[in-house]
Amino acid sequence: MNLTAQTREKIAKTFIWAAAVLVLAVLTAIIADILIKGLPVINFSFLTEIPRSMGRAGGVASPIVGTVLITLLAVTIAVPFGIGTALYLAEYTKDGIITRLIRFSAESLAGIPSIVYGLFGFIFFVIYLGLGWSILSGGLTLAFMILPTIIRTAEEAIRSVPLSFREASYSLGATKTQTIFKVVFPSAIRGITNGIILSVGRCIAETAAVMLTAGSALQLPSSILDPTRTMAVHFYILAVEGISAENAYGTAALLIILIFLINVVANMLVNRFVAKGR
Amino acid sequence: MSESGLKPQMKYKIETKAVNLHYGSFHALKDVTMGIRDCSITAIIGPSGCGKSSLLRLFNRTNDLIPGVKIGGDILLDGDSIYDKSKDISVIRKRVGMVFQKPNVFPMSIYDNIIIGPKHHGVKNRSKLEEISESCLKQVALWDEVKDILKKSALDLPAGQQQRLCIARALAVEPEVILMDESCSALDPESTMKIEELMANLAQKYSIIIVTHSMEQAVRVSDWSAFMMINEDKIGTLVEYSETTKMFQNPKDQRTEDYITGRFG
Repeated sequence: MNLTAQTREKIAKTFIWAAAVLVLAVLTAIIADILIKGLPVINFSFLTEIPRSMGRAGGVASPIVGTVLITLLAVTIAVPFGIGTALYLAEYTKDGIITRLIRFSAESLAGIPSIVYGLFGFIFFVIYLGLGWSILSGGLTLAFMILPTIIRTAEEAIRSVPLSFREASYSLGATKTQTIFKVVFPSAIRGITNGIILSVGRCIAETAAVMLTAGSALQLPSSILDPTRTMAVHFYILAVEGISAENAYGTAALLIILIFLINVVANMLVNRFVAKGR
Repeated sequence: MSESGLKPQMKYKIETKAVNLHYGSFHALKDVTMGIRDCSITAIIGPSGCGKSSLLRLFNRTNDLIPGVKIGGDILLDGDSIYDKSKDISVIRKRVGMVFQKPNVFPMSIYDNIIIGPKHHGVKNRSKLEEISESCLKQVALWDEVKDILKKSALDLPAGQQQRLCIARALAVEPEVILMDESCSALDPESTMKIEELMANLAQKYSIIIVTHSMEQAVRVSDWSAFMMINEDKIGTLVEYSETTKMFQNPKDQRTEDYITGRFG
């Protein structure tokens, strides 16, 4: 084809615009559909009552509690180990067999379907360790699931801190530990937080792995050894078993709002307390 | 006053003894021997790739951060080897501060940029830290411009002010020597002028070593000049080292003359 540069420019522009508009349209359609059908269901009693008759009536109080507890547990376990591993990979070792092995494992683990984590959690935590279907089993399983994401995003963020910052820090007589914790880590915090937020989103949205490890109990848990049901699982069961499309949509809308809120709040916290410099 | 009874300007603050530097198999510096005097400005000049920055980075062991680096010979600070195994590297870097080519303020507030160094070295008292920040910012003539925005991000400052902040940050740990690696090359002429004035002031208390591409700058600010060049084996060597006025009026080596008269480089 013999097109002028201008024509090509126009075609490229049109194509890029079309792609962006299409993606935005699909996204808006999905969210709008869920919110339009779901929002009317959400009211005070929907938020505060536990589900009755399999979820046909009542609210979603216990799934909310289950979701929050499992996610909190998973993140609390995975974040320190994930960041620790990332720091080790990025700062404390030269590239060698061990680092390549760790990185390869993390990358492979990131690509495994969540149902496999669920099966592993079921066999190892639920059966072998005897933790039963519980918040603890679910949280541990999800911690394993999000660990690779946290390691990879944190390592990338730490590596992208410019050498010039490290040099400046060392030139002030800082030790390696001081440099890492006072300069490198704060400079990487935004990237690290993005990874954590991504992981929180995955925890909240996960169904297969939690169903196999935390069960689908409807009552409010009284300890982390009790089984529970997360909102995503609740939604899945309501929809698949045709129990209540109405309540399913309500739950879905609530999930979207929750994830949106977590994003906003996490960003605010980072801006307010950690990334003061930028 | 030193024990030998010399004026500080005559006493050697840093001495290099037949220093050789290798990056892996690459021989970057060969047999550099020179003495750098206290309370004066020494300029290291020479064409690109002659090892100026490599030499400068040896003075506070910044090259240690590069994998595969090998250092031969010795460098003395006040007569003591800084490459001695028993030496605490943080103490050496505290005594020999550095300002880099591009302003590299940390992504934190102006105030935090200044106090991070003193905090590393154990200063905890808040009012003491505030005092340090004020006095350092005044030394670099930045205080009046930033005193009301100390809690704002240092990244919001223009480049010239960022570079002066970097100097203030280096001063905050009370160094004895300040290394400046082409610290004006990323700045506009006005900021450059301000930093040159600042160097002249600081040279009354500190020993300052600058690497510069600009011969005009070397003439304007320095007391002593070292001219470096790569030799026939492409290894950086020290060609000539003398008082700046002497070198530029009456260079001893033909290569120096060719360079400063603009015949190459």
